[in-house]
Amino acid sequence: MKNYDIVIIGGGPAGLAAAVSAKQNGIDRILILERDRELGGILNQCIHNGFGLHTFQEELTGPEYAQRFIDQVLDLGIEYRLNTMVMDISHEKVVTAMNREEGLFEIQAKAVILSMGCRERSRGALNIPGYRPAGIFSAGTAQRLVNMEGLMPGREIVILGSGDIGLIMARRMTLEGAKVKVVAELMPYSGGLKRNIVQCLDDYGIPLKLSHTVVDIKGKERLEGVTLAEVDQNGTPVPGTEEEYSCDTLLLSVGLIPENELSRGMGVEMSKVTSGPIVNESLETNIEGVFACGNVLHVHDLVDFVSEEAAAAGKNAVSYVKGERSGGRGRKILMNPSGGVRYTVPSFIDPSRMEDQLTVRFRVGAVMKNCYVSVYFDEERVIRRRRQIVAPGEMEEIRLTKAQLFEYPDLKTITVKIEEA
Amino acid sequence: MYDVIIIGGGVSGAAAARELSRYQVRACVLEKEEDICCGTSKANSAIVHAGYDAAPGSLMARLNVKGNEMMEQLSKDLDFPFQRIGSLVICLNEEDVPKLRELYEKGQKNGVKGLRILSGEEAKAMEPNLNDQVYAALYAPTAGIVCPFGLNIALAENAYENGIEFHFRTEVEDIVKIDGGYALHTNKRTFRTRYIVNAAGVYADRFHNMVSQKKIHITPRKGEYCLLDKSAGQHVSRTIFSLPTKYGKGVLVTPTVHGNLLLGPTANDIENKDGTNTTREGLDEVIKKAGQSVKDLPMRQVITSFAGLRAHEDGSEFIIGEVEDAEGFIDCAGIESPGLTSCPAVGEMVAQILKENMGLQEKEEFISTRKGILDPNSLSKEEHAELIKREPAYGNIICRCEMITEGEILDAIHRPLGAKSLDGVKRRTRAGMGRCQSGFCSPRIMEILARELGTSMSDITKSGGDSRIVVGTNKDRL
Amino acid sequence: MDIRQLTCISCPMGCPITVEMEDGQIINVTGNTCKRGEVYARKEVTSPTRIVTSTVKVKGGTADMVSVKTKEDIPKDKIFDCIRALKGIEAEAPVQIGDVILKDAAGTGVDIVATRNVERA
Repeated sequence: MKNYDIVIIGGGPAGLAAAVSAKQNGIDRILILERDRELGGILNQCIHNGFGLHTFQEELTGPEYAQRFIDQVLDLGIEYRLNTMVMDISHEKVVTAMNREEGLFEIQAKAVILSMGCRERSRGALNIPGYRPAGIFSAGTAQRLVNMEGLMPGREIVILGSGDIGLIMARRMTLEGAKVKVVAELMPYSGGLKRNIVQCLDDYGIPLKLSHTVVDIKGKERLEGVTLAEVDQNGTPVPGTEEEYSCDTLLLSVGLIPENELSRGMGVEMSKVTSGPIVNESLETNIEGVFACGNVLHVHDLVDFVSEEAAAAGKNAVSYVKGERSGGRGRKILMNPSGGVRYTVPSFIDPSRMEDQLTVRFRVGAVMKNCYVSVYFDEERVIRRRRQIVAPGEMEEIRLTKAQLFEYPDLKTITVKIEEA
Repeated sequence: MYDVIIIGGGVSGAAAARELSRYQVRACVLEKEEDICCGTSKANSAIVHAGYDAAPGSLMARLNVKGNEMMEQLSKDLDFPFQRIGSLVICLNEEDVPKLRELYEKGQKNGVKGLRILSGEEAKAMEPNLNDQVYAALYAPTAGIVCPFGLNIALAENAYENGIEFHFRTEVEDIVKIDGGYALHTNKRTFRTRYIVNAAGVYADRFHNMVSQKKIHITPRKGEYCLLDKSAGQHVSRTIFSLPTKYGKGVLVTPTVHGNLLLGPTANDIENKDGTNTTREGLDEVIKKAGQSVKDLPMRQVITSFAGLRAHEDGSEFIIGEVEDAEGFIDCAGIESPGLTSCPAVGEMVAQILKENMGLQEKEEFISTRKGILDPNSLSKEEHAELIKREPAYGNIICRCEMITEGEILDAIHRPLGAKSLDGVKRRTRAGMGRCQSGFCSPRIMEILARELGTSMSDITKSGGDSRIVVGTNKDRL
Repeated sequence: MDIRQLTCISCPMGCPITVEMEDGQIINVTGNTCKRGEVYARKEVTSPTRIVTSTVKVKGGTADMVSVKTKEDIPKDKIFDCIRALKGIEAEAPVQIGDVILKDAAGTGVDIVATRNVERA
């Protein structure tokens, strides 16, 4: 059996940044296992610009952003395998993988970084009724066909879901010669960035119908049309509001789900809210030495924050491998999301193990304007930050310092909540 | 001129073809779709029923029990997944116990082995996720589950290996009596034959009525289903039925042979013989009724929903036999549930009728077994390593949800009656049938299909005909 | 007087901004909550620009397509001209990020460059 200090599952933006960080922090025996035929993950098909403003202070396209990290991986001589599927990871960190050249093989890792990313929710998950013809794609599948293969999924398009991938694809399909008739969104607000609504829909006169969903799909062989209807507050279609759209293509951009089948298989505890692992301040799961970062941990909007999070996971994995971590699961402060905050990453903090500064990321459950992001150390409010607006589509963050936590030796719970002004 | 033409490549037609292929005969199957297993056979509960439902003395009862008995050996001979997991019919209150008893009695008369009536506690001990109100249950240890695609495709492949021809995308438009047989006018050409087997599912009445004055009527009875992810597959370990109604066996909850959880079906009589659309009302009903038998169903794990049409004949009975006023025209009609279970016995019965009428002779070289697509996970570690060394494509995972390799997909494409479309690959290998519902793997499978079939990715379809996946290339209309 | 309605993209607020113009001159900007909104609105009504991204075919490469972008912003009303100018263009492998795929696209003075590497097959 081969041995590595750190095995990284997935060579997308999270895996690449984790690898670079681990190497820069002084560990050499690192292996990235990537199931696709190239490094870079989903960024390779995200050919639009807007990546990297935080990381590189310039606007890059997805492939350019990925290449910056791939170049570092190559320069640092980090080992990787392509076209390699991880089949199983044991609780003892034995990674079983498979590819054409080596067949099935096992690797003993000292630390594992989970960075498998996420998948798109499918039509089935929504139980959209109707026929099942060709012409129904998840937005990401259509993106791959157009951007990587140069193939047009259709001519007349309806998009369900106004997440960023759906919006980006509305523009992409338009620019390649298709007619995007409408984007329907189940919620009363869009899950996508404002900038994408303006530059992907408004620029091209594509209507966005909020509080609408697809209630019927027609066409036996190829899609012929869909029926949209308005929905009430509970998301239930309102009879009498049906509108028919003839189209040959329906793109679904209805949510992303972290791909945690391997994590579950090895016994990692999951959050019901994020569908990702429950992690501590080190982005470490309930299994010591197993870390998670990027979209497998919780779905991000901006790759820059994925890279930042993954770099932290890489660094923490190094500390674990080197046995540098102090204490060891001593004090455990519980993070308590409440008052409109759906979750936080991390879920626990051991102050003795945290860096001088720790970024806590979270999402809210609904759009709220003119409010405060507040942080309570037990009963005492220690942070109160005014916000014009918070929205489910935009990940939020607060920063905690080690010094701050050491001032409260008896601290049990840190509550993060949104408060009205 | 053919000796026999079978209309329809579903389980009944394929089973008849396979049994017929034991004899020296020139026969073919005409299928209007681009593949076998495209109608009722692909969208059903995939249950091998024990046989207590059908009326004692009926053909349905006899063929059900016989088909059930034959299924296990057939699954070994033809290498398709079958598991005898047993079933429970549950009742939730004391008043319904007589109905359970009635089923038990019918089962006894039909010759179903091992039936037992259990108390609520006994049933709960077997299936902890049953509705807490369960009062009693009928346990049928001989019930099982099968892969309907696997069964149908295995039968067809074996028939083909034994010399039966298959013509796809060949739709029978008219049947005319000619001297010594029939002429079948299709969208492709005219076929002549001495005998016809009418195994056309929901369309069987149309063909029957072309040749006979004694009309039959088949109603498409729609059943809608929800399929849950494998993470929910352990929720029950047997098939759980509620008490039957006059429209059928009610909504069931069952594991599938591949480890998913299946809920359904509804039962609605419709007009449209192509009406395989799901409806909001139907799916809501499935979820509601399934929840009455089994508690805590993890409905967030639904990965797809679908509808199938049962071929319900007005008399609620299988019609198998030569049509009285149409010599040489053998009906295999009204094959609704338990049709899948019965198909081995149905095929045998049809072949027997033809043998007697035509005086068919057995052939010596009949190949009675068939190997399915190799599942690398069934191999030992050493064998698996050896396989990938010999065929590196078996080391290349294409469908990451179901962990299906390129090797299996290549096998599906190149074996007899191989896959020509995404659905063809899916039904043979399960690639694309998992939790992402082919989001990741469909472009890869299109690429493999295009390469292996010598076409371009633009020509690849979901299921033949006009179901092309892509319609052109970037900027081609700018 | 000419009135332009915009949605600000500077933050998730998405303030609805109204710009009043006369003879091509901005005389008033309202609806914005912060200074960034005004800056955005002024630019958007006088000289809106965009980066445009697309793909072109590659000959002899490890991939069939290479992604491309306008090296700088181009006027918004030139987007489709730039895309049409790319129709039929085929790059030859190897392609490096930054390689010019089309010079001076649609008379904008802006080059279209590759945004990914494609090795020779």
